[in-house]
Amino acid sequence: MSITATLIGQLITFAILVWFIGKYLWVPMTRMMDDRKKRIADGLAAAERGIHEQELAEQKAAQHIKEAKEQAAEILAQAQKRAAEIIDEAKIDAKTEGERLITAANAEIEQEVNRAKETLRAQVVDITVAAAGKIIKKEIDAKAHGELLQDVVGQI
Amino acid sequence: MSSSIANEANDLTAVEYIQHHLHNNSIGDGGFWVINLDTLFYSWLLAGVLMYIAWKMGKSMTADTPSGGQNVLEAIVEFVQQQIKDIFPGSNPLIGPLALTIFMWVFLMNAMDLLPVDLLPSLGQLVGIHYMRVVPTTDLSTTFALAISVFALIIFYNIKIKGPIGYLKMFLFHPFGKYLIPVNIIMTSIEEIAKPVSLGLRLFGNMFAGELIFMLIALLGGASLLGLLPQIALGTVWAIFHILVISLQAFIFMLLTIVYLGLAHQDMEEEH
Repeated sequence: MSITATLIGQLITFAILVWFIGKYLWVPMTRMMDDRKKRIADGLAAAERGIHEQELAEQKAAQHIKEAKEQAAEILAQAQKRAAEIIDEAKIDAKTEGERLITAANAEIEQEVNRAKETLRAQVVDITVAAAGKIIKKEIDAKAHGELLQDVVGQI
Repeated sequence: MSSSIANEANDLTAVEYIQHHLHNNSIGDGGFWVINLDTLFYSWLLAGVLMYIAWKMGKSMTADTPSGGQNVLEAIVEFVQQQIKDIFPGSNPLIGPLALTIFMWVFLMNAMDLLPVDLLPSLGQLVGIHYMRVVPTTDLSTTFALAISVFALIIFYNIKIKGPIGYLKMFLFHPFGKYLIPVNIIMTSIEEIAKPVSLGLRLFGNMFAGELIFMLIALLGGASLLGLLPQIALGTVWAIFHILVISLQAFIFMLLTIVYLGLAHQDMEEEH
């Protein structure tokens, strides 16, 4: 029960054992565990990132939908506006056309009236000449009194 | 079970039985130059077991699907790593393997104590080996081999980190400042030398006492048939308690190694 030369053997054994366990167990195992830790951390970070990206995508999608809705509403409004414009244009066209037709009709009527007046005048001259001839029993020379007659007719 | 020698060889008294059990199987001519074959054999056997496990595990381990054995080793390694992280300042590539080796080797050597005290010596007698002590840590040579290794590392890292002059300053000006240099030298020397001595003696004392109590318990059944019952009862209780002791001693040795080397790694300027 004392310290003996066994100590030297134990010292060497211990040194070899420390070296061996360090080389074959501690170093590879701690490295492996560190790698695994890192991988787990990376995986968790990736999952986190995925969730974040999904959120972003959802936001983007919502944004897109909102924009699409806005565009649709805009297009609808434009279409309605355009429709109203078309209707207005049609109304204006119709009105112009109507006015034009009325004007044309009026002009025609006037023309007809003038023509009727002319006809009437000619007939009045004829009738007047015939009536005057009967009254004075004398033939009135249409050529001789033409000027006078024209004056009379002009006054009618 | 454990008292076969006492029963078979009735000429052995209790004292002789214990003396027989405390006798190393050694070669050499006394004094320092003695080799305890049994101590070396069992410590080498256990070192071999450790090396085999380490080599096999180091080769077959996978990160994704750890097997049962790998999980156990990982738990131990992680436990040791945590202790180092908590106590040890900075990093040192040696401290991890050192602490792990101390923990596992000391634990295994201590665990030899849990075998029935007479089992292996009796088997040895059958093949003509008369003396055998199966617990290497009940041999001062083993515990002091570990303690001296740690002590050498303490000095080495003290000089490496603090520098020779810084290490000398620690002896001169610690703990009382520059006006009590002689006292400081004595105090610090005692402090430093107490480290390996306490390390080695604590482990030795615990394991030696545990072994001795196992022997005393074994003697109970040898004394009379009536003693068989208390032998079984006490043996069971003491063995269960001893599971705690062997783990605790291995843990304490590892922890103090980390603490001492941690102190060696601290700069004096940081300390104050």
